Amino acid sequence: MNAEANAKSMSMIVTKGSLDWAYPPFILSTTAAAMGLNVTMFFTFYGLTLLKKKLDLQVTTLGNPAMAMPMFGMHVGMPNIVSAIPGVDAAASVMMKNLIKRKGVASIEELRDTALDADVKMIACQMTMDLFEYTPDDLIEGPVLGGAATYIEEATKSDINLFI
Amino acid sequence: MADQVLDVKGLNCPLPILRAKKALKDMATGSTLQVLATDPGAVKDFEAFCRTTGNELLESSNDNKVFSFVIKKTA
Repeated sequence: MNAEANAKSMSMIVTKGSLDWAYPPFILSTTAAAMGLNVTMFFTFYGLTLLKKKLDLQVTTLGNPAMAMPMFGMHVGMPNIVSAIPGVDAAASVMMKNLIKRKGVASIEELRDTALDADVKMIACQMTMDLFEYTPDDLIEGPVLGGAATYIEEATKSDINLFI
Repeated sequence: MADQVLDVKGLNCPLPILRAKKALKDMATGSTLQVLATDPGAVKDFEAFCRTTGNELLESSNDNKVFSFVIKKTA
């Protein structure tokens, strides 16, 4: 179960940086690494924020009709016009974080640490760093800087390639 | 009786698998790990985990909503 030369591999492009969208890439990368795969994650655009030292991830109910939170024994969605009111997204984010804790779901910080411990290879998109004016100091230690070609090289060698 | 017991009751996907992997890492080949979980998804997940990693799933049982998996470290 240690990473052997003939181990399977997986790569993914991580493009989204909200609390809900942060889960799929980190759940899949940590699990794949636990199952012996060599994993590469390429963080680009809003996904790059998932590499920041201090995470402050939020959810938005705006334009998300599938997001119905369990409340008062039923599932309550949020009309877009309500989502636009200041404070609604902050409240929804607090609610989501409480739900995550109560249901025994891992925090993104824990999953990210697990991924780093498992030698998941992380690539921070250099172009996104320039675009949004981030420096390597803003990011955790571990990711390497690279671009599309760096990712494509990994992808051509991978058994599974995901875009999230 | 397994060599080591791991209690992941109350934890949700993918934590049971991640914690089991962490425990197995420090165990000797041939030793056995019992995992106690309440996540119903863990039943299929431990089967898949063992098939993929080459570890042996000796036992998978359910006692009053607590799932028990016994894994023999063979890989």
